[in-house]
Amino acid sequence: MVNYQSANLDRTFAALTDATRRAILARLEAEGPITVGDIARPLTIKLPAVLKHLGVLESAGLIARSKAGRTVTICIEPAPMKPALAWLRKYEHFWAPRLDRLARFAEAQERAARRKSK
Amino acid sequence: MSSLTIVKTIAARPEIVFDALIEPEGLRKWIGPDDGPVLIAESDGRVGGKFRLRFKMLDGSEHEARGEYLEVERPSKLAMTWQWQNHDDRTVSRIEVTLRGVAQGTELTFTHSQLPSDEERDEHREGWNGALEKLGRTLGGRKG
Repeated sequence: MVNYQSANLDRTFAALTDATRRAILARLEAEGPITVGDIARPLTIKLPAVLKHLGVLESAGLIARSKAGRTVTICIEPAPMKPALAWLRKYEHFWAPRLDRLARFAEAQERAARRKSK
Repeated sequence: MSSLTIVKTIAARPEIVFDALIEPEGLRKWIGPDDGPVLIAESDGRVGGKFRLRFKMLDGSEHEARGEYLEVERPSKLAMTWQWQNHDDRTVSRIEVTLRGVAQGTELTFTHSQLPSDEERDEHREGWNGALEKLGRTLGGRKG
């Protein structure tokens, strides 16, 4: 089970090492589901290369494709990233209010130090 | 590995922010939950020194974290390990804080990173840790 999971993670992370693939994922995250043609348009590489990148992302479980007539639409599939995202959310929830309080405390200390030096 | 980064500008000089981060009296003021008390705030603020923080939530549950200071460079840099004592997840993570003097006071950059386990360290190739770190930074950087 552990090996199976780490093999999956290997694929996920290997898929993320490529800048073009990260750019594709970033667009999918920002814009929602878009067609293969729309994905290819702003990229400087040719369509077969785009399809190859999409294949890598799909086998890593990071995207899913659906077909309506002749149009193939791609959407992001965040499941493999969920443990990482859950960790981030947990600690953001923990630290953000504490660092706010740290700031308020340090600012009060600063005001006190200035009053003293007057 | 995941990595959360929060950047804040604080209207206080770096020395004051640094001391608030590391001295027990300072930690006591901000490390607890909003309405719950800090029960223990121990901190030996030197390289190799340990800290121990315990606080109580409104629901009555108590939480304790411990760690060791890895880098202590007043007033610009602080790094330490972080480990929950009474949670399911007892993996050791790493916190790094850098403080930079700016016109308004201090720019604080706080990063809490998951560390790979020993197995992962052995298995994993360089490269995709970096890729994930970038991803983590982007996600964490949106707020704060």
